Amino acid sequence: MKRFSELIQQLETSNKTNDKIAALVDYFSNADDRDKPYVIAMFTGKKPKRPVNTVLLRSWATELSGIPPWLFQESYSSVGDLSETIALVLPPPEKITDRKLHEWIKDLAALTGKPDEQKKSFILDAWNSLDTPERFIFNKLISGNFRIGVSHKMLVNALAKQSDTDSNKIMHSIMGKWQPEAITYEELIEGAHVNTDNSWPYPFCLAYALEMQPEELGDVNDWQAEWKWDGIRGQIVKRNGELFIWSRGEELVTDQFPELQFLKDELEDGTVLDGEILSIKDGNVQVFSILQQRLNRKTINKSQLNDAPVGFYIYDLLEYETQDVREKTMSERRTLLEEIVSKLQTKDVALLSPIITFNSWAKLAEIRQGSREMNSEGIMLKRKDSLYHSGRKRGDWWKWKINPYTVDTVMIYAQKGSGRRANFYTDYTFAVRDGEKLITVAKAYSGLTDKEIKEVDSFVKRNSLEKFGPVRTVKPELVFEIAFEGIAESKRHKAGLALRFPRILRWRKDKKAEEINTLEDLRQLLNSTLS
Amino acid sequence: MSLIKFTNKGIYCEQGRFYIDPWQPVDLAVTTHGHADHVKWGNKAYLCHELTKPILHQRLGTDLVIETLPYNKQIDINGVKLSMFPAGHVIGSAQIRLEYKGEIYVVSGDYKVEFDGISTPFEPVKCHTFVSESTFGLPIYKWQPQDIIFNQIRNWVSDNRDKGKTSVLVAYSLGKAQRLIKNLSDYCEIYVHNSIANLNEGFVKAGVDLPDTIRITPELKKEALQQGIVIVPPAMAEGKWIKTLQQAATGVCSGWMQVRAGRRWRSADAGFALSDHADWPGLLSAIEATEAEKVFVTHGFTATFSKYLNEIGIASEEVKTQYGNEEEEEPTPTTIEAN
Repeated sequence: MKRFSELIQQLETSNKTNDKIAALVDYFSNADDRDKPYVIAMFTGKKPKRPVNTVLLRSWATELSGIPPWLFQESYSSVGDLSETIALVLPPPEKITDRKLHEWIKDLAALTGKPDEQKKSFILDAWNSLDTPERFIFNKLISGNFRIGVSHKMLVNALAKQSDTDSNKIMHSIMGKWQPEAITYEELIEGAHVNTDNSWPYPFCLAYALEMQPEELGDVNDWQAEWKWDGIRGQIVKRNGELFIWSRGEELVTDQFPELQFLKDELEDGTVLDGEILSIKDGNVQVFSILQQRLNRKTINKSQLNDAPVGFYIYDLLEYETQDVREKTMSERRTLLEEIVSKLQTKDVALLSPIITFNSWAKLAEIRQGSREMNSEGIMLKRKDSLYHSGRKRGDWWKWKINPYTVDTVMIYAQKGSGRRANFYTDYTFAVRDGEKLITVAKAYSGLTDKEIKEVDSFVKRNSLEKFGPVRTVKPELVFEIAFEGIAESKRHKAGLALRFPRILRWRKDKKAEEINTLEDLRQLLNSTLS
Repeated sequence: MSLIKFTNKGIYCEQGRFYIDPWQPVDLAVTTHGHADHVKWGNKAYLCHELTKPILHQRLGTDLVIETLPYNKQIDINGVKLSMFPAGHVIGSAQIRLEYKGEIYVVSGDYKVEFDGISTPFEPVKCHTFVSESTFGLPIYKWQPQDIIFNQIRNWVSDNRDKGKTSVLVAYSLGKAQRLIKNLSDYCEIYVHNSIANLNEGFVKAGVDLPDTIRITPELKKEALQQGIVIVPPAMAEGKWIKTLQQAATGVCSGWMQVRAGRRWRSADAGFALSDHADWPGLLSAIEATEAEKVFVTHGFTATFSKYLNEIGIASEEVKTQYGNEEEEEPTPTTIEAN
């Protein structure tokens, strides 16, 4: 595990992509072969089953370090990461072990189902034989949440470089279904498992935000415009009689959407569709907050099926009659796609995402103004002769989003951040005015520069009114303009409504707390989206 | 009646009519050490340890009224017996011991318990009331012995050399810089920024045994720097000059580097958890050794640390002070080019 611990430290102490790739290449060239598939699994978010829950880990660590639970909590608030907090509060190790990463992982997996006492003695013994950086990794192996600033793309690039293999092939290979204990590094790189695997998805083709004037894109006839739908991007794979639905987060969500199961019978084998999972009722796309009721549920009841019926707007065709058609132009793919959709027996559930007809950029801009009425986020522009790229590629696909909603708020609470920002007040809660009172409407922790964060941090330290654990009540003085994508009714929030994707648009140093928006302003907005 | 009061100007001894580390101008400022958050400009007179005097001259100017004391020598100020004991924080740092009618108070300023090779080692002083810092007053802060850290630094420097990179260590000009110099000068040539070189000169004049270093000037060959170690204060760490070096690799030396978030926040290439403050066990052992009945906790994790002391049976209270910003308030050093 020492070699892996070294890799993690190298990845963490550099913010340059090239250095990180070099560290990864170096690791995959020298590490134990049996460790490698586990590391790839970890970096691609393949979580093993948690053998021990975090409540137990916390209590054992607290007990072993001889500190009261509240002090452990304070430490955790300051560190911002549970695995790291545990690694740091424990007394120094009394012995040294040098075991391989895969040995640790296997032993941990074997703990599942064992009595707590047995788990405890194993974990405590491990803690007592590892140094702080290794303990941190060991704890991460248990919790399975290893987020280390290595994107899939970066990992794939490193593996491609190390093995001198095409990166698309590796992306396919590592995104498929495989178990680290049942595959060798070589097999994984060669993609030995993917041909026999019916489920593997293609990497999504992603769009960049349009930051120029659309006129600069040239002739309108070269472009296809569609609505940019606000749902869950999904890929539907039908091969050898099986149906799989993948989300953009590379999770299989097949069972969550019974409405789409008919595609298993109606799509030909060897068909892969790219589209958006949406709630569609009476032919209209509903707002995201309605679809949200359907997400990540183990069971779905009748009223949910009735209130938030799910449909699929199809954007593109990736595989046709078992052939990868991503190298065909979009116009060609669209023709094939239209043929497929026309053959479906079940109508009005899986639909073609409509094409917007327009003859000038000015006309399209006008149409775009109506996005909100369609419950769409704006317009997608795709070059008619574009291929279906893996990942993001500048130039062929653009998202031309409408401007977000905004509201002026005042900061009332601040909390220290986590991770990189654990010692600065970076997480803020914002309020609008409701008569004489201030009422919380959003929490946000992004959108400021490091310099501004330091400035706000210093304000918080000087203007704290009360402490509630890690949270500070702050004098309501700093005004921030918050941008958000949507608004929904919410019984859980005091304000009776919730903002979607709130983030700080800018710090309004020019405004006073008296000038912020009111709750009534937001209620009016909410009513306008529901009608 | 309490011998010290926490006022909006600083820690005040009413009987003695002097302040300890005041942050507003007063008649007599008893000074624990030379960091910018503990000593301000504008006091009519200063009383400090003899090795803090050159620092005050360096930082506040030469037209100051400064009285000095060696460690362990007692003087009388308006009936209050005052003496200084080593705090082990930086060169010249002192705990201030006050005694009046048999009541003993000790104000620690900043301190660490590990010997750093250059500051006079920390000496616990028995007292009734102790004023302690709590910069690293959380159990996540447990330092490795400095030999281990210095080995890490040497390995890092050697690795940088092999890769053609220049090793730049980021450290406070007062304290951390001298500690690095003392412990690394046998390893390779050390190049220091002006603000550090100036302080070093003062120390050498005052008789401190400090190894030779080279002041960085524009004429210096970048290739020479690449073979040695460059030490700069935090304010220079992200400056333009660093970018002119041959592939600078920056290593921040600070207790905050103990936590991953601290390392990433500073966007350094390496972080070394080397601190001039006591760690969690250090704070607890120091407080225990004072046998104090009452502990006031100043800058740092004051609320947490003080709550913990109360739980383990040591009466404690947190005190709001303006200490603890040594980094932010370190005077902005002049640029290399300007000299």
